[in-house]
Amino acid sequence: MSTLEQTAAAGELTEHHHGPASGIGRWLFTTNHKDIGTLYLWFSFIMFLTGGCMALMIRAELFQPGLQLIEPAFFNQMTTMHGLIMVFGAVMPAFVGLANWMVPMMVGAPDMALPRMNNWSFWILPFAFAMMISTLFMDGGAPNFGWTFYAPLSTTYAPPSVTFFIFAVHMMGISSIMGAINIIATILNLRAPGMTMMKLPLFVWTWLITAFLLIAVMPVLAGVVTMMLMDIHFGTSFFNAAGGGDPVLFQHVFWFFGHPEVYIMILPAFGIVSEIIPTFARKKLFGYASMVYATASIAFLSFIVWAHHMFTVGMPLVGEVFFMFSTMLIAVPTGVKVFNWIATMFRGSMTFETPMLFSLAFVVLFTIGGFSGLMLAIAPVDFQYHDTYFVVAHFHYVLVPGAIFAIMAATYYWIPKWTGRYYNETMGKVHFWLSFIGVNITFFPMHFIGLAGMPRRIPDYALQFADFNAVASVGAFIFGFSQLIFLYNVISCIRSGKKASSEVWEGSHGLEWTLPSPAPYHSFTEPPVVK
Amino acid sequence: MTTQTYYVPTQSRWPILASIALFLMAFGAGNTINGLNAEQGGGIGVMLLLAGALAMGLILIGWFGNVIRESHEGLYSSQMDRSFRWGMSWFIFSEVMFFAAFFGTLFYIRTLAVPWLGGEGEKGVANMLWPGFTAEWPLMAPPDSETFPGPKGIIDPWHLPLINTILLISSSVTVTIAHKALKQGKRSAIVLWLAATILLGAGFLVFQAYEYVEAYHELGLTLHAGVYGATFFILTGFHGLHVTLGTLMLIIIWLRVMKGHFSAEKHFGFEAVSWYWHFVDVVWVGLFLFVYIL
Repeated sequence: MSTLEQTAAAGELTEHHHGPASGIGRWLFTTNHKDIGTLYLWFSFIMFLTGGCMALMIRAELFQPGLQLIEPAFFNQMTTMHGLIMVFGAVMPAFVGLANWMVPMMVGAPDMALPRMNNWSFWILPFAFAMMISTLFMDGGAPNFGWTFYAPLSTTYAPPSVTFFIFAVHMMGISSIMGAINIIATILNLRAPGMTMMKLPLFVWTWLITAFLLIAVMPVLAGVVTMMLMDIHFGTSFFNAAGGGDPVLFQHVFWFFGHPEVYIMILPAFGIVSEIIPTFARKKLFGYASMVYATASIAFLSFIVWAHHMFTVGMPLVGEVFFMFSTMLIAVPTGVKVFNWIATMFRGSMTFETPMLFSLAFVVLFTIGGFSGLMLAIAPVDFQYHDTYFVVAHFHYVLVPGAIFAIMAATYYWIPKWTGRYYNETMGKVHFWLSFIGVNITFFPMHFIGLAGMPRRIPDYALQFADFNAVASVGAFIFGFSQLIFLYNVISCIRSGKKASSEVWEGSHGLEWTLPSPAPYHSFTEPPVVK
Repeated sequence: MTTQTYYVPTQSRWPILASIALFLMAFGAGNTINGLNAEQGGGIGVMLLLAGALAMGLILIGWFGNVIRESHEGLYSSQMDRSFRWGMSWFIFSEVMFFAAFFGTLFYIRTLAVPWLGGEGEKGVANMLWPGFTAEWPLMAPPDSETFPGPKGIIDPWHLPLINTILLISSSVTVTIAHKALKQGKRSAIVLWLAATILLGAGFLVFQAYEYVEAYHELGLTLHAGVYGATFFILTGFHGLHVTLGTLMLIIIWLRVMKGHFSAEKHFGFEAVSWYWHFVDVVWVGLFLFVYIL
């Protein structure tokens, strides 16, 4: 313990007490995993609202057929920026923030393994997103080629701001890789005595595997944007058939990153739900070991399924068949997980607090998203569904009531531990039901208009799609504005919530609940012994 | 295994400064590169880029200096040492994946994209784009030879690249000998063998630069020379950048050895650099095989 209090060498700021430093310096210079977790979570929420506003602009334009509010060119920028901001700015940082807060507390560590690098991982992000959002005000506008930035739309036909987009992606990649390295080092090296790998909470397990995925694929993303940069500015022809390259190569390299990336956005959600359901069912998680193996299998499979995003691009038949069947295999470990969650609840004494409501909605709605994914995996059928609203419905079902609901569940679940106070349960339930209804009104009709053939990323549509589009837009506004309830609930919880005990929940289990609420600034200065 | 002695540093200014420097570098590089195309001189961009790079250099010196001081003060336990080891190992794994993207690109282009353009295989219909184009590797005549004039010749693997292979492989041996010497506490031997490693690395870079000049001026093998040039330069170029970084790291380690840093038991900084050096060596073997010979 004494070393912790020693004043560090010259060049470092000194800390005279156990608590946080005061003023803005606390947040700029912090090495504390809780402070950094908080920064990540607030940053993610701001990005969530920013990307959400863009989504509402898209839905407002699509409320009626014809062009009402925004120019088609700007519509393209909105779809692109909405996707990029939600993926890289909202969902990923939220999970990293939760990992920062919870992983050291769950494994019985004093902090993250490399605390200064932890701070750097976070503070790169605001700069990266400032640069990316600033492209909206540049000549030629922001990137307009979709979040998947397919060549040659993103090379030959891209606006000049694409250069800044590329460097912003590089910065996000650096941030993610350092964050992931830190999480792996913490889990592998800072576990309390007795905390064996097969005793790790599932949230920690899923993050360990997610961090591995991040380190494996973020460099590939860096590679593909570098090749774009070379093609645009330095005369190479990686993605240009005139020089012997191939635009399809772009899609292969991108999706080799992109498919593990979508699991990066869902595996930690699996972990969260696997923590919450046992607490509120007051039963041990059913099939712990199979959950771990299922997560690892999903991660492995994520590397060999990427081309199911490209069935219509013109691949050899053997490719179509291979990627079709490998994709369907993913349903097996995912089915194991869904089965285990349901079996955990079976004959449990369940209560339905807000985190549990979000987790239950996760299980049901994520499964719907999984099933539409299976439909899309069937190559010959995908020829019809490709690039329609059916795809939009599919991935929003796995990302909004999937990833985002899990993040909200996690916030409600752990916020008493973070702040020492309960949120307002009634307000939480109102937030849940409005979100649940809003999400389904928004995305469920998209299945129908997608199957009927409405293409995605187009600001106008044929008249027969009008009714469902109007409904979807109403749902989007319900969902969007109900997030303000969430914001209000969180702020009032921090300021004046009812005091929480250290267990917080009746059925809670695990090391994080042995710490007082709010958790002390330094988590486990002495490692707990896990039996 | 106890966490009681695990050192958690107090607040630090380095990360936020490094974030600002990284932002200056990225924003400056973006402006510089966009300025290249607009042909109006990206003056401000270059300034920002250089300022950012300079600041980043100074910050890294300060940050690493900080870590070295803490290490000398005995704040780091063996558990901390393991954190560093995990960190460096996973960083090298990320570098492996970075090169994997470019090797994958090379294999896809060679075995699928170019043959399809030449009319072979299941997607040989692509030949309709440039009828008469014949597939070959190395690709000397790209489909549109006016926009992308193919190279007149390619680098002969059995001259400079072979010498470079010998240089790099020997440097891996010398750095290992230096490591052995460090474990036995023979300081003069470490200095000598590390210096040899640095010279071998520098020699590699000189030959590589010479090879690039030859490629550009005599062989017409340029970035514009179609996809052969593109894959050639992106693979060898990024490898060269990594050798440059590795050589810089070796020089820093060499200076630290001369200042009396590292002991026979505790020398993770040294090991991290030698791991990195072996990694660039292995990448080179892959390059020699798949870019130059085959």
